[in-house]
Amino acid sequence: MPNTKRAIEERHGFPGALRTPGGVGGHVGAPHVVEVIGAEKAFAAGPVLQGVTFDISKGETLVVMGGSGSGKTVLLRHIAGLLQPDAGQVRVFGQNIEHLTEEELLPIRRRMGYVFQGAALFDSLTTYENVAYPLREHRHLSEDEIHERVARFLGVVALGDEVMPKLPSELSGGMRKRVGIARALSAEPEILLFDEPTAGLDPTNSKMVGDLIRELHGGVCDTAIVVTHDLELTKTVADRVAILIEGRFAALGPLAEVLESREPTVQAFLAGEAR
Amino acid sequence: MDTYLRRTVMWYGGVGLLTATVVRNVALPRRYLALVVQEIETMGVRSLGVALTAAVFTGMVFSLQSAVNMARFGAEAYVGPLVALAIFRELGPVLTAVLVGGKVASGITAELGSMKVTEQIDALRSLGVNYVKRLIVPRLLAALVVFPLLTALADVTGVVGGMLIMYFERGADMFSFWNNMTYWVVPKDFLTGIAKSAVFGAIATLIGCYNGLSTEGGTEGLGRATTATVVHVTMGVIVSDFFLTKIFLMLFW
Repeated sequence: MPNTKRAIEERHGFPGALRTPGGVGGHVGAPHVVEVIGAEKAFAAGPVLQGVTFDISKGETLVVMGGSGSGKTVLLRHIAGLLQPDAGQVRVFGQNIEHLTEEELLPIRRRMGYVFQGAALFDSLTTYENVAYPLREHRHLSEDEIHERVARFLGVVALGDEVMPKLPSELSGGMRKRVGIARALSAEPEILLFDEPTAGLDPTNSKMVGDLIRELHGGVCDTAIVVTHDLELTKTVADRVAILIEGRFAALGPLAEVLESREPTVQAFLAGEAR
Repeated sequence: MDTYLRRTVMWYGGVGLLTATVVRNVALPRRYLALVVQEIETMGVRSLGVALTAAVFTGMVFSLQSAVNMARFGAEAYVGPLVALAIFRELGPVLTAVLVGGKVASGITAELGSMKVTEQIDALRSLGVNYVKRLIVPRLLAALVVFPLLTALADVTGVVGGMLIMYFERGADMFSFWNNMTYWVVPKDFLTGIAKSAVFGAIATLIGCYNGLSTEGGTEGLGRATTATVVHVTMGVIVSDFFLTKIFLMLFW
C-alpha cells in the first residue's frame, strides 16, 4: 500500500496527493470521507479530468480552485455520483461509488448535501416546501416537526419565516443561494459540496455566504468541499486548497503553502494571468 | 449520415434503457400515489375536450362519407357496423393517442427538459431521491389509466356522432342502426382498441420523458426537444399500431 501511495504521488507530481489521515483541518485519525484516486473523465469536446487524486477527512474544508472550464464542477459531480469517471476511483464514506447504479447511490447521496451554482430550487414549490423536501422524502416526521426544522435551517442561513411562502422566482439571487444551502442542510448531511457558492453574488452576499460556510464548519456540518474561483472565499473557509489546472491538481495543501507555490501555472492562475 | 445514424441508434437505445429502468422501479411508495392521481387529472381531465371533439367529428365525417358511397352499392344499412368497427379498432385509439399523446408528451418533455437544464433533476438525485419513481413512473401509471378511459369515451362519442349524422342527414332509423351495429360488432373489437390505447399511452409517456431527460443546449434545446416529441409520438403510435394490429389479429381473430 505505501508503494501504491508513492506511485500515485509520483504520477501526480506532488507529495501529499494522498495524505495520512488528520492533516491540516482534519481531525487526527479521522477517516477519509472522500478519496479520489486518479480520476479521469473526457467528454466529446476533450478530456476534463486527467488523473485527479486527493482525499478529505472529517472536519476538513477543502477548496478546489480553478478557472472556468477547468473541471471543478465535473469533479464535484463525480463525488456526488452524478457522473462516473472513465478511469480511477471515487471512494465516499469508504465505499467505491464509480460502478454503483443510480439506485445503489441513493443512500450514499442522502449522507451528502449538494449546493448547486444556480441553487437548483424546485421552481414549482415554495421556499418552505423546498427546504422540507428532503425531510418529507426520507424522514417520518410530523408536520410540526418539519415546520420546526425548516424554520431552524432557514434561520441558520439568516432567513426568516417571511420567505417560507415565496416561490424561488420571488427571491433574490443571494436568497436563492441561501435557500439552496438550507435545503442541503435539512437532510443533515455528513459532508457538504458547494459549487461556486459566491458566483453571481454581490460582495455583501458573497461575504455572508463565506461566513456561513465557515460557521457551518464549526457546527451543523463540519466537512465540506467548496469549488470556487473566488480567492476571498477561499481565504475565509479553506483548511486546504487545491488548484485545478487542465484537469490536474497543480497544487494541493494549506492556503499559505499554495500561495507560495513556485509552480508557474499556479502563480499565473493566482496572479490572474492564466490563459 | 453517420451522425444521424448514431443519433437514431442512441435515441432508440436510450428509450429502451429508460423503459427497462422504469420497469425496475414500477413499484411506488405509498406517498407517491397522490402524484399518480394528480397526473391523471393533468393528463385526463385537461385532454377530455380535445379527445371528444376530435372523436365526434371523426364519427360524423366517417358516417357521412360511408353512407354516400355505400349507398351506391346498396349497402347503406351497414354504415353502423362499419363506423363502429373503424372507430373501435383504429380511429378511436389512434386519433386519441396522436392528439392527447402529442399534447401530454410535449408537456412532459417541456417540464422535465426545463428541470434538466436548470439542474432540478440533479438536485433531486443529489437529495437521494429516485427521480424515476418521482417523475416518470407516476406519469406512466397515469397514462395507463387515462388513455384507455379517454379512448373508451372517444369510441362512444364517435359512434354517437355517426349515428346522429345517419339520422339527421340520411334519415336512417336509429333502432336499425343500433341493431345492425350490435349484431356485427363484438366485445373484442372494442377491447383490442382499448388494449392498443394503453400501449400508445406508455409509448407517448416514455418518449416524452426520455426527450425531456435528454434535453441539452438550454432553452433552444428545450424547444427542439418539445417539437421532436410531437413527431416521435405520432410516428411511434402509427408504426406500433400496425404491429399491434397484426399481433391482435393473430391472437384474437
